[in-house]
Amino acid sequence: MSYSQDAVSSQSPAPDKAIIRFEGVTKRFGRLAAVDDVTLDIREGEFFALLGPSGCGKTTLLRMLAGFEIPSEGRILIDGVDIASLPPNKRPVNMVFQSYAVFPHMKVSDNIAYGLRMDRVAGEEIRRRVDDALELVKLSGLGERMPDQLSGGQRQRVALARALVKRPRVLLLDEPLSALDAKLRDQMRAELTSLQKKVGITFIMVTHDQDEALAIATRCAVMNRGMLAQVATPSDLYEFPNSRFVADFVGSVNMFEGVLERDEQNEAVVRCADLSAPVYLDHGVTGARGSTVWVALRPEKIEMHKRGPGQQPFKMEDAPQGANVVAGEIRDIVYLGSETNYEVELEGGRRVKTFRSNLTRYDQEDFVQDEPVWLAWHACSPAVLLS
Amino acid sequence: MKERPAPRPPKDRPGPLEYLRRWPLRIMVGVTLLFLYLPLMTLMVFSFNDSRRNIVWEGFTLKYYEKAFSNASLIEAFSNSLTIAFATTVLSVTLGALAAVMLWRFRFPGKTAVEGGMALPIVVPEICMGVAMLVFFARVMPWPQGLPWPANLGAIIIAHTSFAFPFVATVVRARLASFNRELEEAARDLGASEWRTFWDVLVPHMQPGLIAGALLAFTLSLDDFVITFFTAGPDTVTFPVKVYSMLRFSVTPEVNAASTVLIVLTVVLTAAGLYLQARSEDRKKG
Repeated sequence: MSYSQDAVSSQSPAPDKAIIRFEGVTKRFGRLAAVDDVTLDIREGEFFALLGPSGCGKTTLLRMLAGFEIPSEGRILIDGVDIASLPPNKRPVNMVFQSYAVFPHMKVSDNIAYGLRMDRVAGEEIRRRVDDALELVKLSGLGERMPDQLSGGQRQRVALARALVKRPRVLLLDEPLSALDAKLRDQMRAELTSLQKKVGITFIMVTHDQDEALAIATRCAVMNRGMLAQVATPSDLYEFPNSRFVADFVGSVNMFEGVLERDEQNEAVVRCADLSAPVYLDHGVTGARGSTVWVALRPEKIEMHKRGPGQQPFKMEDAPQGANVVAGEIRDIVYLGSETNYEVELEGGRRVKTFRSNLTRYDQEDFVQDEPVWLAWHACSPAVLLS
Repeated sequence: MKERPAPRPPKDRPGPLEYLRRWPLRIMVGVTLLFLYLPLMTLMVFSFNDSRRNIVWEGFTLKYYEKAFSNASLIEAFSNSLTIAFATTVLSVTLGALAAVMLWRFRFPGKTAVEGGMALPIVVPEICMGVAMLVFFARVMPWPQGLPWPANLGAIIIAHTSFAFPFVATVVRARLASFNRELEEAARDLGASEWRTFWDVLVPHMQPGLIAGALLAFTLSLDDFVITFFTAGPDTVTFPVKVYSMLRFSVTPEVNAASTVLIVLTVVLTAAGLYLQARSEDRKKG
């Protein structure tokens, strides 16, 4: 009888049911609203990420769920039950803390058993469940160790096991990977994902690292100044940001301010002061004609060419002649192994980031410093933002 | 090719930071130790001196130890001192730890004043504390006379606790500064009540501070003279007070012997405390 089967069988198979619901939740510290009128559903079995810069309220939101902060306004429901009045020790959620908070004076196995002892689980069952939990996080045989005999990564596994062994409805993770070094972080990312699939528990993670959120989460909420900026899947966040804040916070972006010049059913044109050519889109946007909009262009969606329009082999066939192509000179080259980043200065002086994958060991084109180049993009690549 | 003289092996030369292997520091260490311990050594050595007057060495004897141990009033003073020290330690550690937790954990109006007030017994001259205690127990709260032992020591225990617990509070507070609040939250998150959290997480963290504080309180109480002198009655003489009264007649080797016993006792207790502390650190490391 393995731990994971236990956990899965104890759950109702309703994948789209909201397990957690924030209803108009506001938290004020003095006059400052750390969380401002957040309404959010988190569904059963999700790996949900709360993403945002420091001070955006994501940790406060998590701590309200755990019971360490009380909302100033609004309700928090778990399985439809308002948990506002429950103290942290009575809530069906468990947390993995940023510092791991493994009890330093207890053996690993006692750390993991602590929550079960508090629940007055029988001794025999405690032993069995602790062993299962140790196996789950790949720490079998280390139960007798003291925490300071473990590495940082192992301590985090103890914290994970200690929370999961209680079979919570929701597992909360506060910046789970921030204290690990780069190599270990990649490994732990993958393990968190597979662990979540294995135990089938809803995970909610707080992070300021957008790579981490994109890599792990099934759905993300981007927060800014206490409010939800956008809630979407990682790819939607990246490809279809709803605001300049989200476009800028998630990934790297070139942002151009412009005026919406044309807006039809399946094409639109934006004219930007910094770009010599108009930006042509093969779809309509929802803004009013003549209004100020922002064009967000991801660096990897910009192609760099040595030759200009009309000269072979250059071609950007999905835009009319003269659109979506601008000229510039390479000002900065950063070689990163798998790819090379370029900074290109346009005619007006604006710098644009782009990069090329190093597909072969010898770059056939060999772009050099101060070389004149053409930048072009497809009609479907730019995102037009209204705010 | 000319043969070069072999360089001295590096082990012979002191490294750049090995000051203890150079003569200036050795002399400093030697003089310091001499200055610290020579008076104590003299006291101990002369406790074995076979002479009524304690000036010239006349030969080895243990008779002053015998004399000291058969001196009923000295033994009584000694047991009084130990009892007082023990009670003071228990009270001071409890009170001091609670005060430290209060000051560390809560914010309340007048906190700074409370913190300053707590430090007062540490900085006020002992003689003033002594007089204050004398007046307090004479006028405000007279301790009933003629109580059976050990209740008759109550006044002294209260006086000692009042100056010892701020030391405990200071030590424990310093220890609490390194406490990770997430540990407390983790315990709550895992289902512990506030009370369980206090015992399961906070107290283990405070433990080294509690032991250090207990040692401090014990030694402070055991060798306090001034405050005790003002609070002690005729039937509640403590060891330091007794030694002082013996000195008024003459400095006999008996006083030396009694003092030596006290020194040895203090050293042994301190060593035991340090051992306990080291063991609890070790246990953490496993």
